[in-house]
Amino acid sequence: MISLLAKNITAGYGGVDIINDLNLFVNQGEIVVIVGPNGAGKSTAMKAMLGMLKLSKGSVEFSGNEIDSMLPQQRVSLGIAFVPQNQNVFTGLTVEENLEMGAFLRKDNIHETIEQIYDLFPILKEKRNQNAGELSGGQRQQVAFGRALMTMPKILMLDEPTAGVSPIVMDELFSRIIEVGKTGVGILMVEQNAKQALNIADRGYVLVNGKNRNEGSGKELLENPDVRKSFLGG
Amino acid sequence: MIDFLNAIVVLLNFVFIPALSYGSQLALGALGVSFIYAILRFANFAHGELMSFGAMTTILITWFFQSYGINLGILPTALLAIPFSIFFTIILCLLTNRLVFRYYRIKKSAPVVIAMASIGVMFVVNAIIRIIIGPNDKKFFDGQKFIIKAKQFKEMTGLNEGLALKSTQVITIFITIVLLIFLFWFLQKTKTGKSMRAFSDNEDLALLSGINPEKVVFITWLIVGTLACVAGTLYGLDKSYKPFTYLGLVLPIFASAIVGGIGSPVGAVVGGYVIAFSEIMITYAYKKFLKYILPENLEPSGLVQLLSTDYKFAVSFSILVIVLLVRPSGIFKGRTL
Repeated sequence: MISLLAKNITAGYGGVDIINDLNLFVNQGEIVVIVGPNGAGKSTAMKAMLGMLKLSKGSVEFSGNEIDSMLPQQRVSLGIAFVPQNQNVFTGLTVEENLEMGAFLRKDNIHETIEQIYDLFPILKEKRNQNAGELSGGQRQQVAFGRALMTMPKILMLDEPTAGVSPIVMDELFSRIIEVGKTGVGILMVEQNAKQALNIADRGYVLVNGKNRNEGSGKELLENPDVRKSFLGG
Repeated sequence: MIDFLNAIVVLLNFVFIPALSYGSQLALGALGVSFIYAILRFANFAHGELMSFGAMTTILITWFFQSYGINLGILPTALLAIPFSIFFTIILCLLTNRLVFRYYRIKKSAPVVIAMASIGVMFVVNAIIRIIIGPNDKKFFDGQKFIIKAKQFKEMTGLNEGLALKSTQVITIFITIVLLIFLFWFLQKTKTGKSMRAFSDNEDLALLSGINPEKVVFITWLIVGTLACVAGTLYGLDKSYKPFTYLGLVLPIFASAIVGGIGSPVGAVVGGYVIAFSEIMITYAYKKFLKYILPENLEPSGLVQLLSTDYKFAVSFSILVIVLLVRPSGIFKGRTL
């Protein structure tokens, strides 16, 4: 079982630690959600695991090997994909070109993977020759997933995949995420829509002030009175 | 009817054909500026000097060939020298990248800081050029000068006005078309070209996709060096080569890139022709043209020239200012390849 593991990581911007002594992991094939109030360091935790900022303490392991010294690009080639919250598509490139760029590092034939992604997101096949910048928010998000999946990742990290889309589109995106999870990819995502996200999650982490507060299965967290009171709205 | 044909020939001869070849030279120059802006995110003021350097190396290599009696018959020997001078221009580009621009890129300096550094590069390259070849006019054209001479045209058609077609004009337009087709094919159809567009579109996401920025920058300089060398050589062939004129060319080239939308290759090409046609149409004396199309009693007494040719750079400068005020993103909303 391949997994991404963060051990006691501490990191932040400009000397200020945003996450403190944080522990989390995600196994291949499971959906893990990080929830927590604004400013809890959810996205920062994910960026630290990808190597986009330096750890002052702790380490990150991928399938048992320490990867602290690797650049984000090198981690991508190991099989960790990341979908940023904003600007996560190449707006001036067509949908298909976006997918091709996702597979930039691959030397083998990528057409099969493209077809798989079109099966997963049928709307993308329809819009394959349209510029990604002309698509709606939800469709763009699908392009962004598709681009990340083109690397055939073991672990996919999503930073607020449903930010700024309507509830209907949100439901649709979540069901797509479940489908992606079923293909055997491990998914780690940060979500504002905590209830819905925990509903589909295998496991969840609650972060407060950059520290682990609660963890457990999605159901456990949803039923935990402490978690409910602090930010699921009772 | 004959008068009308004469009028058309006058316009073709003095406005359309010269503007088309001058526009092609500007388009190639503006493309280089746009490429640098789209990928490296700064305005490269040294681009005129890159063109000058390219033309200079072409001249030196042409002289070398000529001294051994090598030539291309009716075509200018310079065409044989261009591949070699492209090589040297690319070396210069990579050298300035390694010694100057890379440092600022890694430091993530503000674009205006890098643009200022490029002005420094401009002065240094300009000085090197004048040390090597001197400040004076250099002629390096050989081969057959005209494809159609004005006199031949008159004899052929029986019109009063002649139409001269210089071989350099045809060569300029031909080479421009070939280069443009190749460039657009490269950007749209090849994996490397697409990765350059992706990098220019969203640098962070390009990194997350595993696109190597060093390679993108390297290929950008290859393209820019080639474009600059060809544009500089064609300009020198068409007019004549004098290091100082290339310093002045920076203005119409920047105007072209900005009018079209800096960063957009299509914009750079369109902008080049817009600037060239404006410059030539505004500084052309229309007396002869009007003489043919107006009735005799309305014939103008003056030259009917809106602006003296000495002020032709004022035209590109005015267009530049107007575009920046009215539509700063340019015709094609530039920024990315």
